[in-house]
Amino acid sequence: MKKDQDARDSGWREDPRYKIANREAGTGVGLALLNFFWWFGFAYGMGSRPVEEYRYILGFPDWFFYSCIIGFFVIGFLVWAVVTFLFEDVSLEDSPEEQEGGGESE
Amino acid sequence: MNVSLVWPMLLYLAAVFVIGYFSSKHMGKAPRFLQEYFLGGRELGGFMLAMTLTATYGSASSFLGGPGTAYTLGLGWVLLAMSQLVTGYFTLAVLGKKFAIMSRKIGAVTLVDFLQARYRSKGVVLWSSFAILLFLFSAMAAQWVGGGRLIQSFTGIPYEAALFIFAVTVLGYVAVGGFRAVAITDAIQGVIMVAGTVVLLIATVVVGGGVEPIMEKLAAENPRLITPFGADGSLTPLYVSSFWILVGVGVVGLPQVAVRAMSYKDSRAMHRAMVIGTFVIGAIMLGMHLIGVFARAVVPGVEVGDTVMPVLALKVLPAWLAGIFLAAPMAAIMSTVDSLLLLISSTLIKDVYLNYIRPEADARTVKILSVTVTAVIGVLVFLTAIKPPELLIWLNLYAFGGLEAAFIWPIVLGLYWKKGNDCGAMISIIVGMASYLVFGRIWENPLGMHGVVLPVILSLLGYVIGSWLTSHRDRERQREIIVRFWGVR
Repeated sequence: MKKDQDARDSGWREDPRYKIANREAGTGVGLALLNFFWWFGFAYGMGSRPVEEYRYILGFPDWFFYSCIIGFFVIGFLVWAVVTFLFEDVSLEDSPEEQEGGGESE
Repeated sequence: MNVSLVWPMLLYLAAVFVIGYFSSKHMGKAPRFLQEYFLGGRELGGFMLAMTLTATYGSASSFLGGPGTAYTLGLGWVLLAMSQLVTGYFTLAVLGKKFAIMSRKIGAVTLVDFLQARYRSKGVVLWSSFAILLFLFSAMAAQWVGGGRLIQSFTGIPYEAALFIFAVTVLGYVAVGGFRAVAITDAIQGVIMVAGTVVLLIATVVVGGGVEPIMEKLAAENPRLITPFGADGSLTPLYVSSFWILVGVGVVGLPQVAVRAMSYKDSRAMHRAMVIGTFVIGAIMLGMHLIGVFARAVVPGVEVGDTVMPVLALKVLPAWLAGIFLAAPMAAIMSTVDSLLLLISSTLIKDVYLNYIRPEADARTVKILSVTVTAVIGVLVFLTAIKPPELLIWLNLYAFGGLEAAFIWPIVLGLYWKKGNDCGAMISIIVGMASYLVFGRIWENPLGMHGVVLPVILSLLGYVIGSWLTSHRDRERQREIIVRFWGVR
């Protein structure tokens, strides 16, 4: 709120599309963190056992199957879900005719 | 010479040539030459964007060096390779709309354009141009060596001649067709890469008698092959995780990748590209590296890592199909090289020549110069690649790491931190680049991590501290920049 005040005092208004852009970038970082923990957790959580204790799924050692194969499909699905349901379509052009995003202008 | 191996490749090279020719026709009509030549007129759709990103990024190392190492080290290397899945969506999500919007606001065509407008500093422009030229030239030379060797190994013609065929093809379509030709051929190459991966994976599993017997065979030879730690136990969790910086999230800092994040048509294209890109890169990385591991059971005893894939392809596929598959690493190499070539020439023409040497150059001069410079650089790389340096994969990764350490923060924080300024950017570029080179020579894996990690952290510190310390200077200028980049008219 204070930031908005400052911005108006100095005579310019922040592009409303950046709010969306910032949120979506944050979502991307979140997704990458999830990706990392899934990958790391299954690989080293299960893979650190002695080889004799490995179980096999479709012929693959279980740590690999969950970390790399299932992980791939889970992340792929999440990316699809995120861009479909969370990401917004905005005009990228220089002079946007967007006043709809400008709820904070007054 | 095996004719059924050679014709798919020749056909492929011819097709690429034709595409370059048609793209150049299109360009004649385009109103703004620079934007068209170096950025394809910002018209990429989702599929093309995903493919050109993937193809630019997935280079020879994904098809030859990487699987070769997986052959030696086992499933642990596949795990490492899967850290690249994140590149499929992360770059576009993070640079995303903000980069696209900002670069339109300022009319940026290259990464250096963006840096110049954001930091308004001659030093930043010259240093970043220097970094791009230095690192991309070496990356490109490595890729050309790969391309030449590949043709050599399949056709049996001498290396120099093979390199020449490769060079003529790439130069032919990049110099005349520009970014549009690069993007279209990248899309075709991406499809070939995915198809090649799937076919070879299936064929390998079939010949190996299924996944289970293959794994049993590996475990019997050396149980560590099926652990995450590598055949010799060298892949520690920390070391493998540090590749998330080098080949994962750090890719945001690669100029050839970043420039693609300003080339797409609209936000829908970006959304679609994230989904397609994630699946395509995941499929290629998982598939190719798994093939490398499986190959150990199917074609044991291969000595040179880079030759595992060709040997395997010839063993498990009929000759004509192997020929088509051989086009896949070829495609990967060419699609990386074309982007680098164009980026280097855009740096010289747009960032150095038009900025500092002759800003008033007329359109015709720029056009002729762009094509000529692209061609001349190609010839220089060709000459370098005749006497090739060894170890393709590491040279390649070396260049990537240097660029990432130099550019990741000036790009990312330039987009998201209003206080970031020229001094911070300057320190970040120099510290990132220099520390990476120095670490590369004296301290290869600091604290058990890949050498890129510390330089990336140091360049972050440099950026933040440099910007803070100088935040009192030139307040008016900084305000102007902020209004231009963040404000609405």
